[in-house]
Amino acid sequence: MSEKITFTIDGVEVQADPGQTILQAAEAAGIYIPRLCAHKDLTPHGSCRVCTVFVNGRPQSACTQPVAPGITVENDTEKINAIRKDIIEMLFVEGNHFCMFCEKSGNCELQALGYRFGMLAPKYPYMFPKREVDASHPDIFIDRNRCILCGRCVRASRMLDGKGVFEFVGRGPEKRVQVNAEARLADTDASVTDKAVQVCPVGALLPKRVGYKVPVGQRLYDHEPIGSDIEKK
Amino acid sequence: MAKPKVATTSLAGCFGCHMSILDIDERILKLVELIEFNKSPIDDIKVFTERCAIGLIEGGCANEENVRVLQDFRRNCDILISVGECAICGGIPAMRNMIPLKECLDEAYLNGPTVYNPSGKIPDDKEIPLLLNKVYPAHEVVKIDYHLQGCPPPADTIWEALVALLTDKPVALPYELIKYD
Repeated sequence: MSEKITFTIDGVEVQADPGQTILQAAEAAGIYIPRLCAHKDLTPHGSCRVCTVFVNGRPQSACTQPVAPGITVENDTEKINAIRKDIIEMLFVEGNHFCMFCEKSGNCELQALGYRFGMLAPKYPYMFPKREVDASHPDIFIDRNRCILCGRCVRASRMLDGKGVFEFVGRGPEKRVQVNAEARLADTDASVTDKAVQVCPVGALLPKRVGYKVPVGQRLYDHEPIGSDIEKK
Repeated sequence: MAKPKVATTSLAGCFGCHMSILDIDERILKLVELIEFNKSPIDDIKVFTERCAIGLIEGGCANEENVRVLQDFRRNCDILISVGECAICGGIPAMRNMIPLKECLDEAYLNGPTVYNPSGKIPDDKEIPLLLNKVYPAHEVVKIDYHLQGCPPPADTIWEALVALLTDKPVALPYELIKYD
């Protein structure tokens, strides 16, 4: 492997391999950069903008931006965290996120980022959009009320499962996840063991009959903020 | 010195948040030393008799009466706190927000599979508060100063926040006391 690249994140010197993204290099160095659409097994998407950092003073998504020698990266600053909190608040008002009865609650990455950034109530008005639910499949359901359009299922189905079950359709507020069939998930070759089902950060794509299995108090983000595992490294 | 007054109300909620207030257990004796309840279902005082330091709002606004009560609280309380998911995001009652109001009423009073309604009328007595087109979170109707998350917020969350406010300290809740479910 070629030589290491040196740069700084919030004034701390970080060593990275050429070709790594800022997000990957930070994670290897034990620095957490919040993210939603990025996933370690998937190609970066750069769409949610939660991982926004300032590189030499310019906003960039850390999941897509490669490291370069001598760059100055700002990550955990008041200004950037305020931007990230705004993004999370917008995602909350844009969908129908009823945490109180959601099976994903406690293990949800969107909710966990709300906790991490101290969101008490979104500053934007709730939109309450009408979204479709697809419960046709015997083992999986799609609840688009909770979908944040991160595209993880789209990428995972194509890249990891080799199926291409999911795709985005529509634009702007009409954009939604659609399945590779006339209408129903049941008519695709989706399976509950697909990676696409497991990578959903929210409760939009869930296996049936396992809801609320983990009691309150033992769930992923009940006691420690999201990213604590990376920061402990 | 007179004790600070606290008022509470349940708008479009299930009274679960009030149950959580009572769930502070024996600390309620300490609470009685700290505060005095004014308008509240806890003591059944129906109208404000004094200005209150703190108003606790459970539930969002589903009808015109909810809005009037909430505005009354804003006028009579120094600090207004949204307690629980319904006050903060509309909660379960807000699940009707995706369906037009007329369709909701038709389903409830005319078309539902278990409906028995020979008159075929949707109740419209003027004593019944008119429903709003949607259920609104409290902070979209009046200014709200604090939010206590949870469904319901744990008794510890309510206790910590109240004690901090009453003793002039900042409300600094630990990670485990801010949960959306």
